[in-house]
Amino acid sequence: MVSPLDRKLARDLRRMKTQVSAIALVIAVGVLLLVMMGGLLNSLEQTRLSYYQQYRLADIFAPVKRAPQSLLSRIGTIPGVGSVSGRVVGNALINLPNQAAPVQARAVSLPDFTEPLLNNVYLAQGRKLNPRHRDEVSLLEGFAKAHDLGPGSSITATMYGARREFNIVGLAQSPEFLLSTAPGEFVPDDARFAVIWMSEASLAAAFDMEGAFNEFLVSLQHGANERAVIDAIDRILEPYGGVGAYGLDDQYSNIFITEDISQLAVSSATVPPIFLAVAAFLLYIVVSRLIDADRIQIGLLKAFGYSTLKICAHYFKLILLIAIGGALLGCALGVWAGQLMAAYYQIYYKFPYLLFHIDLAAILIAVMVSVASASAGGLLVLRKVFELTPAVAMRPPAPADYSRSTPLSASLIRRLDQPTRMVLRRLMRRPGRSVAAILGIAVGMGLSVAMLGVMDGFNRMVDLNFSVVDRSNANVSLIEPMADKVIYELARMHGVLEVEPFREVSVMFRNGTLSHRGSLSGLISEPQLRRAMSDAGDTIYIRKDGVVLAEVLANKLKVGPGDTLTIDVKEGRQPTLRVPIASIAHPLLGAPAYMELGAINRLLKEPGRVNGAYLRIDEQHGDSLYKQIKNMPSVAGVSLKHEVRRAFRELMDSGAGATRYVMAAIAAVITFGIVYNSARIAFTESSHDLASLRVMGFSNGETSFVLLGELGIIIFLALPLGSLIGLMMVDAIAQGFSTELYSIPSTLDGRSVGYAVVSVSLAALLSGYLVKRDIDRLELVSALKSRE
Amino acid sequence: MANNLFDQLTLYGMATDKDAFSVTGVTKVYGEGPGAVHALRGVDLALPSGEMVVLLGASGSGKSTLLNILGGLDSVSAGVVYFFGKELTAMSPAELTLYRRHHVGFVFQFYNLMPSLTASENVELVTEVSDQALDAEEALELVGLADRKNHFPSELSGGEQQRVAIARAVAKRPTVLFCDEPTGALDSATGRQVLRVLQDINEHFGTTVMLITHAAATADMAHRVIEMADGAVRAVRINEHRLDAENIEW
Repeated sequence: MVSPLDRKLARDLRRMKTQVSAIALVIAVGVLLLVMMGGLLNSLEQTRLSYYQQYRLADIFAPVKRAPQSLLSRIGTIPGVGSVSGRVVGNALINLPNQAAPVQARAVSLPDFTEPLLNNVYLAQGRKLNPRHRDEVSLLEGFAKAHDLGPGSSITATMYGARREFNIVGLAQSPEFLLSTAPGEFVPDDARFAVIWMSEASLAAAFDMEGAFNEFLVSLQHGANERAVIDAIDRILEPYGGVGAYGLDDQYSNIFITEDISQLAVSSATVPPIFLAVAAFLLYIVVSRLIDADRIQIGLLKAFGYSTLKICAHYFKLILLIAIGGALLGCALGVWAGQLMAAYYQIYYKFPYLLFHIDLAAILIAVMVSVASASAGGLLVLRKVFELTPAVAMRPPAPADYSRSTPLSASLIRRLDQPTRMVLRRLMRRPGRSVAAILGIAVGMGLSVAMLGVMDGFNRMVDLNFSVVDRSNANVSLIEPMADKVIYELARMHGVLEVEPFREVSVMFRNGTLSHRGSLSGLISEPQLRRAMSDAGDTIYIRKDGVVLAEVLANKLKVGPGDTLTIDVKEGRQPTLRVPIASIAHPLLGAPAYMELGAINRLLKEPGRVNGAYLRIDEQHGDSLYKQIKNMPSVAGVSLKHEVRRAFRELMDSGAGATRYVMAAIAAVITFGIVYNSARIAFTESSHDLASLRVMGFSNGETSFVLLGELGIIIFLALPLGSLIGLMMVDAIAQGFSTELYSIPSTLDGRSVGYAVVSVSLAALLSGYLVKRDIDRLELVSALKSRE
Repeated sequence: MANNLFDQLTLYGMATDKDAFSVTGVTKVYGEGPGAVHALRGVDLALPSGEMVVLLGASGSGKSTLLNILGGLDSVSAGVVYFFGKELTAMSPAELTLYRRHHVGFVFQFYNLMPSLTASENVELVTEVSDQALDAEEALELVGLADRKNHFPSELSGGEQQRVAIARAVAKRPTVLFCDEPTGALDSATGRQVLRVLQDINEHFGTTVMLITHAAATADMAHRVIEMADGAVRAVRINEHRLDAENIEW
């Protein structure tokens, strides 16, 4: 037997279905994000861990110029080392028939007759290499797919100055190259960077490394001290040209996925609570209204002998039903959306598999927290039930009390007509609620402004970097530091307008215990193609007597202009330099450190050496020029700016970067939700007054003014506040999104604020229209006959 | 022309030789099919201007429906209603709004004051939009509440709220004042006070007053008493001797 109260509950829910579903939906979105992001986070972490373990990704990478294979056992004896393997790696240039510019590639050796001890590869297609056939390679699957290559096709690659033809026998993936980036570049791009796996013998022959390795891979025992092992390895490799071993934290592909995971973690910790807070606010308002409307029924129930607790339980059930309903829907949608997103991430990161794993206990807790926090809003209202006495059922309702709200000043009152006074007094009678509505809309709008602002920031970063900081069209890198006569060779080529050489040196920056593995870039003192820019956007000249440091780097190392930085060079003679910091630059991409080219060469005692050059070319001669450059044996790679720019945009629009679009959409939804609900609630609360106005002969328009005027003022106040909140959020979010890889300038375009203002106004207009329609349809007679 | 008609009608003290309302064959059906409710089943009436009319009848007899139709709040299912010769049942919603704005005052059982406006502001709400309204203070004085003009509804008693509602309804000098159970929520002393005000308005301004009530005794103060039952007019009687509101038995 269903109790009459439960039947009332069912009917109340049905009657308020629009509002109930709206609130449940807000809760659902919050829970959806919680489940989806939580699941995704969990899955990414677990998949990464499992992929790394299954394919035995090394914990330490130790590149060296050339070291005998016998060092394997020496490294193996370092306390804490699990297993060690050596390999040959090198840069290669792939010549694709349909592309003028050569594509950079990394050639990596695989042991000839055994499984790799560390850094195994996942064979996605084809077969394993046959060490007896020296021209066989496995190709990175992402690159192969981007160029329609597969087992059976062949490619031409230039290694160490020699051009060779290879047969592709397999397509592979590796945890080492989840995201692949050409050396010296920041932007991962499937199409522009390849990894070639070859038999050790074949690659050693190509790079003149027979009997030797140029990279050691080391795994650590559980609980080993990574720092100590790295130091020990560095000491062993030093005589052989070790350039400094580094851990996974400095491994490029791992940095990217770690950044992405941590951005996802930040979003999943901050976004869902916003939804739950909004839901709690809405539930508070709606239940509060319901109890006001049910006042007489509550009085009657009490008169019949129902206990206050029993009546409270009735309303609490309503709250719980909405909250649980929303949460369950959110869970279901969250699992679904999480799986979709996981599939996307799997493709993006090229995981051979993705364990979409939802931690049930965590979800249960999340759902309980959501239900509790969302229903807290409604619970707050239940105290009203306690305050009601049975006698209220017998009395006509008292009019809402306006005598105690803040009075409007007399001079203001004189200038206002009655409808305007009604609007203002309604706003001031419940200042808390008005402020909450204003704040809610302002925060929603602020979020939109901030997201648009961050998009502005991305655009500005791309624009600044690719047109102001870097004014070259192409960047040629050489296979190793060479005499600068190659620059004159480049300059003489037909179509080359300007050439600026650079020298790139692998170093470790140190300040006390703080350190950063990176590179020191040598530029000419007044570069035109590649410049360092100050905060204000002025060119910073490159100095001979000091280093120009990127702000991120200065912050990381806690140094400023005038301080002295220790630089351990990891190449050549490997000197340790003590160099003063001349000034701080604000690069948008990467974390560079610049010094005058000649000065670096003097410090390294390698005069006249360069690593490559920035070129400004006549695009008309682009293709023929790239073909010529491709054929220069000393060239390791050419990167074309427009391609980098495109790849960079793609990168920004995928992975965690894509969440800013989702967030902008969500912000718009929240804003509209609050605007519409404010209008809706104001309408229900005042429909009685509105009907009275209509009866007194006020037209639909005049009547609507009383209601929509309130909404208008709320919006009017929310707009500047929202812009302000947006401005503050842009700064915070820009910093949150900025990493060592790129920094988002916190700029705000007037247009973004404009868009947000227009969209909030549109939301208001639409809500106003929907409510106005209801005002026009007001049932005059029934509204007046009812006591509420 | 509607405008001309309204211009004429808004002139105070209009000719009374024409009936204020002439009602012919009005029926009102709510809903459809077997569940349909026949609220009015062919009502014919002629109501002269300037009278105090009391509508009597049990719940569901159709008196409120009739009053709402005459007040321009509800439409008819069939039949015609004329207001000083102008067909009310043919007016557009916008024309009905103007009709209510300029000619009709309403007083309801539950007052329907704007809680956010003070007593005088509630009255001004109406006077601001009508052409030859009374001063708000004057109107409040009529109902004996001039000293309470700056109070909000929440600070007034039920009787006071109802008198403010009446002041608001008469301040625009309506041609007709419709009152649906104006004393329904009031005690006898306050109720008589309210009826006194209505009688004064009828006598001093010549406003046609239509009053719905359950209390049969109230009928003794009317010029004309219309008894309704089952959606039809059962009897219309004219009082030869009218009682003052003070002398009505409660």
